[in-house]
Amino acid sequence: MRDVFIARLCELAQADPRIMLITGDLGFRVLDEYMDRFPKQFLNAGVAEQNMTALATGMALEGHIVFTYSIANFTFMRCLEQIRNDAAYHDCNVNVISVGAGFSYGQLGISHHATEDITIMRSLPGVTVASPGDDWETAELTTAITQTPGVCYLRLDKSSPGNTQRPGEIFRLGQTRVLRDGTDVTLAATGGIMSEVLKAADTLAERGIHARVLSTHTIKPFDVATYANAARETGGIITVEEHTVDGGLGSVVAESLLEAGVVPRFFQRIGLRAGFSSVVGTQQYLRAVYGIDAETIVSAVERRLGAGTARRVA
Amino acid sequence: MIRSQSDCTRRFALAKRTSRTAFQLFIIMTDLKHLAQRIRLHALRMTSVGGSAHVGAAMSMADILATLYGGTLNVDPNDPQKPDRDRFILSKGHAGAAVYAALAETGFFPVEQLKTHFQNGSKLSGHVSHKGIPGVELSTGSLGHGLGVATGMAYAAKLKGATHRVYCLLSDGECDEGSNWEAILFAGHHQLNNLVAIIDYNKIQSLAPVSETLALEPFADKWRAFGWGVVECDGHDHAQLRECFAELPAQGGQPTVVIAHTIKGKGVSFMENTVEWHYFTARGEKFDQALRELQAAG
Repeated sequence: MRDVFIARLCELAQADPRIMLITGDLGFRVLDEYMDRFPKQFLNAGVAEQNMTALATGMALEGHIVFTYSIANFTFMRCLEQIRNDAAYHDCNVNVISVGAGFSYGQLGISHHATEDITIMRSLPGVTVASPGDDWETAELTTAITQTPGVCYLRLDKSSPGNTQRPGEIFRLGQTRVLRDGTDVTLAATGGIMSEVLKAADTLAERGIHARVLSTHTIKPFDVATYANAARETGGIITVEEHTVDGGLGSVVAESLLEAGVVPRFFQRIGLRAGFSSVVGTQQYLRAVYGIDAETIVSAVERRLGAGTARRVA
Repeated sequence: MIRSQSDCTRRFALAKRTSRTAFQLFIIMTDLKHLAQRIRLHALRMTSVGGSAHVGAAMSMADILATLYGGTLNVDPNDPQKPDRDRFILSKGHAGAAVYAALAETGFFPVEQLKTHFQNGSKLSGHVSHKGIPGVELSTGSLGHGLGVATGMAYAAKLKGATHRVYCLLSDGECDEGSNWEAILFAGHHQLNNLVAIIDYNKIQSLAPVSETLALEPFADKWRAFGWGVVECDGHDHAQLRECFAELPAQGGQPTVVIAHTIKGKGVSFMENTVEWHYFTARGEKFDQALRELQAAG
């Protein structure tokens, strides 16, 4: 996703000299092409995320469209107050790019696990929160947030199922995509964990269970209508995220549906519940350890559908 | 007798357009004195009516503001967003009452509006806010935010080849914030000589003197070590302040810090150099005494 983002940003920077990329001294080799082609639209703020965000605000107030760039939590957590008070309150076009969602940097330890960012960022008034589930969404979101006023948060995963665009499909910020049209259950995901969800959906299909698969690339603003339809048409919703269940995608879905008066027959959040991860490992390994991989998703669906599923399979 | 707002505004504009004869200089200095006095009177009334804190911090920087808005800053109340304006950011947002007063006195919005400060439904918040207030570039209130944003503005101006300056007024206690030192390091490295930090160095912070909290000295040396040009002055002497601002940057290719030595609560005897008047509100007899002293100073 990171390389897709940079490639699209190069296209955008070529067309619009207002675009400015500020890194917090990260992006070794990844940013080379951008730096070479757009030296006046690039700035290394050093290892100083508060100042990186303050610089972004100052430059945005002077008419620039700014992207701040760093790994995982570094791009928003220490400098959260600069994002809130400076960039967001002043309606600045500052796009906060976090590279390495969830357990993307699993082996590096909890400092590099971005597992609470959705909750934190979606609480900020007026801030767009984007979490692409594939390469196409990543590229389209990069363009969309450039054109969207105010602060946008873009969460980029290392893993991706590739390109899931359907022929002729048009991307819309804020609109959840339907990747599979099943009616037995809804599997909804945000971010790169979509690859696990699609694997699970394939396994379930082989067993006669046809899951509707939703990709919520924009957490805020949230697309209630697509979820309300899913609840009515498929009965049960299971959300999947490589993120804490406290305030993440599952919370948004639950809050929004309840408020809309739509209650699915069953609802389950698959996400992180076990506290900080004190063991390390690859993203795939940690997904299995913390029960958010394809196998867990399949089990959850079969358990929820219970006896009815068994009959259908038989 | 205090001059009216319109009178002050007209005379500053006139003085800026004309050459500096000794007489005109005398007029400017007299007007700066009156502007500073009016800022203090407004700050006293605003904080008293609203029951808000930070009157000492407002008094401390009144002369700096008077000098800035009384002819130093290239700003136009009739066109607050003009592209070539100098940018001014108050980073010590808790003293916002004084900035509101300076803006009102120089014609950015009606002086009458100052009465709404701290009141229900008012846009004039206790910490300075830009929403709906012409002339305010940045809302602040959490310390350590202004200089970084000012640095971004200065960097953007350099990219554009613009010639305006970006001024940022900080408190001394605020220099405890690490974010400032990130900005100071950046601005020195990038030689942003269009950036001017001003320190309201009254030597007292929220709970105790600066020297007993986190000592800043040798303060000037710290800035120099980060690649800044340093000038120091009496922050209540308009002539000295004018001189500092007239010779920018202090060192050719470097950002400038003006370390303005001030007295917290300046202008009201019982507030001066006290820790408690960071938070106290002047009411009753205290208010009357403060008013008398400030009016007598005119």
